[in-house]
Amino acid sequence: MDLQELYQEIIVDHSKAPRNHGPLDGANRQADGDNPLCGDQITIYLDMDGDVVRDVRFEGKGCAISTAAASLFTEAVRGKTRDEVEALCASYLAMVKDSDALPDVDALGQLAALHGVSRFPMRVKCATLAPHTVLAALRGDGATSTESEDA
Amino acid sequence: MGAFDAAAHRRDFPILEQRPHGKPLVYLDNAATTQKPTAVIDEIARYYREDNANIHRGVHWLSQRATEGYERARGDVARFLHASDEREIVFLRGTTEAVNLVAHGWGRGAIGAGDAIVLSELEHHSNIVPWQMLAEEVGATIRVAPIDDTGAIDVAALEALLDERTKLVAVSHVSNALGTINPVAAITEAAHRVGAKVLVDGAQACAHEPVDVQALGCDFYAISAHKMYGPTGIGALWGRLALLESMAPFQGGGEMIARVTFEKTTYNEVPHKFEAGTPDIAGVFGFGAAIRYLDAIGLEAIAAHEHALLVDATERVSAIDGITVIGTAAAKAGILSFTIDGVHPHDAGTILDLEGVAVRTGHHCAQPVMDHFGVPATVRASFGLYNTKEDVDALVTGLARVRETFVG
Repeated sequence: MDLQELYQEIIVDHSKAPRNHGPLDGANRQADGDNPLCGDQITIYLDMDGDVVRDVRFEGKGCAISTAAASLFTEAVRGKTRDEVEALCASYLAMVKDSDALPDVDALGQLAALHGVSRFPMRVKCATLAPHTVLAALRGDGATSTESEDA
Repeated sequence: MGAFDAAAHRRDFPILEQRPHGKPLVYLDNAATTQKPTAVIDEIARYYREDNANIHRGVHWLSQRATEGYERARGDVARFLHASDEREIVFLRGTTEAVNLVAHGWGRGAIGAGDAIVLSELEHHSNIVPWQMLAEEVGATIRVAPIDDTGAIDVAALEALLDERTKLVAVSHVSNALGTINPVAAITEAAHRVGAKVLVDGAQACAHEPVDVQALGCDFYAISAHKMYGPTGIGALWGRLALLESMAPFQGGGEMIARVTFEKTTYNEVPHKFEAGTPDIAGVFGFGAAIRYLDAIGLEAIAAHEHALLVDATERVSAIDGITVIGTAAAKAGILSFTIDGVHPHDAGTILDLEGVAVRTGHHCAQPVMDHFGVPATVRASFGLYNTKEDVDALVTGLARVRETFVG
């Protein structure tokens, strides 16, 4: 495992210039995600049109991994149905928790860049905060914490 | 006296021979825990091979050996801290348990409604939370002495918090987050003028500079073996004999009693009344070995060596673009805490790890300190007796890699 494998250009880029960052006017769902061990906090805003994510933005502060994951997720879920987002999150969570699995690039797209995190157990929670918060927003849970999930 | 040979001492620590990610292991997380020399590892194994028995109980040969070794270590700790009496040393699980013992055994009797406990803004959570719990229970208030922008306690402001309602000042000897060495003797003198007792959290000090509780003048001093090249799970509280004798026991059980009937139990004498149950005997043997190891090298020499590393590292790290050192007090132990513009400490920690450099990143269990400086976390490099100039080189090189990755 080397540095470039974990901190791929796309991750560094999204961490320094996160996409869809800031509050979302007209959001009809939102959830706060909290990683108390790191102090990372994010809020995901969703504007749902029925079953479809019409728009999505996030706010928050964290390390490069958690920021890039949130930024990439906002890009990935826009336009997807609820079932598609659930499937995407499941595929992603499987990737970052299992270092033996090859990422499903077709399903994950640019999120596959985060596969290197699976080799760093201490950092997996940084990478899972965004999808858990997306799921909490989607399901109307309001809040989630990396310490309450089975990560 | 010859030059301090850190490279030779390094060879006493087998764990440091490993190569994480194919790089030499550069261990700069000594404030979290120190590594263990062969002398300590072997003593624990030797205890189990040759001396293992329960202490203060049996009349047999092994029990006598175990008891003698256990009490010998108590003497080692007493001499190390310059206690006037071996009975002033209570073996506990560590600094946290020592603070909790004082809060329960002394605080509940001595601190009442309307009384005040003075802490500093520098404290580790383990020297905050037990006092908050006690204050809530008895109706006392917590007063916090502020720090200045170098991370030094404002002693005049602390003195202004002292009055006849102040029963306790609880302060760290060395800040774990910033490395500030606090003027404990001056604080103690001021506290005693109003009749307050002083507890010192010595966890970060005791393996890095000579500690003399008589010179400090304090009333309680708490330490953890694992931060002094000894095993985890064992530590000690030093307290003035009369204070310890006045204190209620912490936990009930075997060893802490003199006589038990169902009508009434009389307690054993100090320190045994605080050591209920079978203690970590092997840990105490290892603790004693760690102290003898430190004594053989000498705390004065260790302090001078770590100070030289701190000066070198501070100069070179603060010269890197975008790095801000947090904690610049005039008196500091070997702890260098810093932030890097545009880089989260956890990312810096991971990149340094890939270079073989172990540092701590986070709030260091001292969130009020982080709040004071307006940062969520820092990168912390902390030095031990086996660190070398090459370790500082590796840190500086690693930080260049961090900058390359995130700043370009």
